[in-house]
Amino acid sequence: MSLPTAPAPSLEVSGLAYAYPDGHQALFGVDLTVARGERVAVLGPNGAGKTTLVLHLNGILDAGAGTVRVAGLPVEKRHLAEIRRRVGIVFQDPDDQLFMPTVREDVAFGPAAAGLRGAELEERVMTALKQVGMEAYATRPPHHLSFGQRRRVAVATVLAMEPEILVLDEPSSNLDPASRRELADILRSLDVTVLMVTHDLPYALELCPRAVILSDGVIAADDRTQDLLCDDELMREHRLELPFGFDPRSVVVPLT
Amino acid sequence: MGAGHAHKLYRHGHSPVHDLPPHCKLVAVLCFVVVVVSTPREAVWAFALYAALLAGVAATARIPAGFLLKRLVIEVPFVAFALLMPFVVPGEQTELLGVPVSVPGLWGAWNVLAKGTLGVGASVLLASTTELRSLLLGLQRLRLPPLLVQIASFMIRYGDVITDELRRMSIARRSRGFEARGVRHWGVLAKTMGALFIRSYERGERVHLAMVSRGYTGSMPVIDEVTASRTQWAYASVLPVLALAVCLLGWTV
Amino acid sequence: MHVPDGFINAPVSAVAGVVAAGAVAVSLRGARRELDERTAPLAGLVAAFVFAVQMLNFPVAAGTSGHLLGGALAAILVGPYTGVLCIAVVLLMQGILFADGGLTALGVNISVMGVVTVVVAYGLFRGLTSVLPRTRRSTTAAAFVAALVSVPAAAVAFTLLYAIGGTTDVPLGKVLTAMVGVHVLIGIGEAAITALTVGAVLAVRPDLVHGSRGLAAPLKLRVDGELVDAPAAAPAPAAPRSTRKVWAAGLVAALLLAGFVSFYASADPDGLEKVAADQGIDEKVEEHGAADSPLADYGVKDVENARISGGLAGVIGVGVTVVVGSGVFWAVRRRRTREASGTTTGTRSD
Repeated sequence: MSLPTAPAPSLEVSGLAYAYPDGHQALFGVDLTVARGERVAVLGPNGAGKTTLVLHLNGILDAGAGTVRVAGLPVEKRHLAEIRRRVGIVFQDPDDQLFMPTVREDVAFGPAAAGLRGAELEERVMTALKQVGMEAYATRPPHHLSFGQRRRVAVATVLAMEPEILVLDEPSSNLDPASRRELADILRSLDVTVLMVTHDLPYALELCPRAVILSDGVIAADDRTQDLLCDDELMREHRLELPFGFDPRSVVVPLT
Repeated sequence: MGAGHAHKLYRHGHSPVHDLPPHCKLVAVLCFVVVVVSTPREAVWAFALYAALLAGVAATARIPAGFLLKRLVIEVPFVAFALLMPFVVPGEQTELLGVPVSVPGLWGAWNVLAKGTLGVGASVLLASTTELRSLLLGLQRLRLPPLLVQIASFMIRYGDVITDELRRMSIARRSRGFEARGVRHWGVLAKTMGALFIRSYERGERVHLAMVSRGYTGSMPVIDEVTASRTQWAYASVLPVLALAVCLLGWTV
Repeated sequence: MHVPDGFINAPVSAVAGVVAAGAVAVSLRGARRELDERTAPLAGLVAAFVFAVQMLNFPVAAGTSGHLLGGALAAILVGPYTGVLCIAVVLLMQGILFADGGLTALGVNISVMGVVTVVVAYGLFRGLTSVLPRTRRSTTAAAFVAALVSVPAAAVAFTLLYAIGGTTDVPLGKVLTAMVGVHVLIGIGEAAITALTVGAVLAVRPDLVHGSRGLAAPLKLRVDGELVDAPAAAPAPAAPRSTRKVWAAGLVAALLLAGFVSFYASADPDGLEKVAADQGIDEKVEEHGAADSPLADYGVKDVENARISGGLAGVIGVGVTVVVGSGVFWAVRRRRTREASGTTTGTRSD
């Protein structure tokens, strides 16, 4: 995988370390660069600091040491509004993400907060909903949707902000196989940089050509997803296990 | 008190009442109730007319009587309270079915029952012809502090989510053979509530993160504005204006 | 007790409305200070919690059940300002959506159930926690007393409003007796559940209990500084003393309240009728072949004599206070011992 050289990478994390106020340190110097248009999976056991890393990407947590840059723009207080528009985070529980009374208003929340109004706002909302195939549900309250539908709307809420990079926290959790596949189709169809934090190794293999392993607060490995999954010793070392009967060697990874 | 909260409130439909802007309806209902409350209780016929007015609104909104009556059970605790009055209020005594009751007490009971029932009826009609979401927009339009509207909106959005969690916890308790039967089990129920509070609060924190991630800085962006035309206001004012006429008659007759 | 339309006359309702609006305005400001931009989601979720909790019925005795009002609980868990906001929003929504409580009586309801309950509960809670040793146990006990007093306090406030603007001329003594009497019983339930809930939250996330923020800080510091079991060991010697003190305080409070009821009951012979009617209402109604009364939820059933019924409320009140109070301490002590032996690293990362 050769990185394109011309534009600034979508995401550039260097030497990122962070300790929570109570002293518990979660990140110990993370270095990660994601080029524009790439789809990268972040794998790692529970408590490896995955969520902490995600919360740094749009400045919800302030880096203790090191820097985060999004499309060349450093994550700092004065750029926060722009950073939050460029980094779209889809959280694990869609119920946390969909806090407005109707799907339409929820998708409109981000762009409206950025100052969009009227017809332009409406168009942005419908485009985002069409991208995830949920345009028919615009007027429905989120809690009347199925879990898979809610996750798709959650993705739309973020797409409506036309982000530079889409960050997904456990996108496949709690989805039935059909919803899982539908979401994969949607993610593949999008023309954005994707960073996917997951335990779901087959899903990572299916969607992300490249993967990194975050373990004990550092990037322990960074390679082609298939190569990582085939490295039994590495996998064991970082408490990553493939589902029963799944052999990454036998999978033909779709070319993207 | 606890009764009736699980009812499905809104009855979907397209009627002139459904289509009125929410803030017009809120104002109309409030004015109606104020008028009803200020009617002298001796004007019994006035309350019959109010009830007829409400029935008229219900018919226009195509809300079946059964639906309306079922929702009225919410006031049962106060019916009981009202039933007490004839027995405890001092004053002139009279006989009713062979039982001594007080006349002022009877009037008091009538007063509470009639006004309370009409108030409940009006609110029920409002809730069953107006979607939750538009009610909130209406409140916003009526200049309720935005923060209060936001809190209410979050409460409504997450009411179901939290009630679901409560239900799941209760199922989990019962699956392990626990059945709350008395004071002895309050500890377990309180633990449930403690856990529920923590879950609710933590969810609040996560929701806040999700909001901040999408550019929230303390105030909700205005996405929808409800507006009302002069005609709609006029239409909504029919109920309180008619009621006011009845009320004035009640004071003069 | 959601007051319906027509119960309190228009001028008093209007004044109560102004009071409620003022209190909500002050709370909006205060909550912003407490929670800044997190106010909306957090207060909204806590309001949803209070709303859900009011639906959770807890069994009182054979066949009857009650539910929490939540004012004291909200005040102690999230602070007085946010507490008032949450209760006000819950009442507003109940009034508009469920017709539970009249629209014109909204001000009365918010003033009585929101403001009075929260202010009394929080004031008492802070007062007690500043006097008592700073342990979880005394926090729980303070929550118990605060909730116990807050409910009859609301009843007194309601009676006051009724005295000024009641639409029917029921003798005040009777209203007060009945309201306070019944609400002491409700208060005991409220107190037990509130205290147990606060205790349960304290055990898992002490940082979330607004009323005891000062309590959480030193605990955490010690965990970082010395051996992990230090915080559990330190307050232990102080515990028996604090238990006894709080136990006594609870008993005194209960006796006072019960005495209050009995005083009115005996001072005004007619007043007995009210208590009797209130608490023996199903008996009376059954005599005439009418339906069962929902007020029986909180009443003492099948009592033939008014005097006995009146006295019974007081006795039951004190008795239940003692039993439940001891139960609370027993439960807390058990948890503490378990904690001391079990969990060691109790700090949370988020």
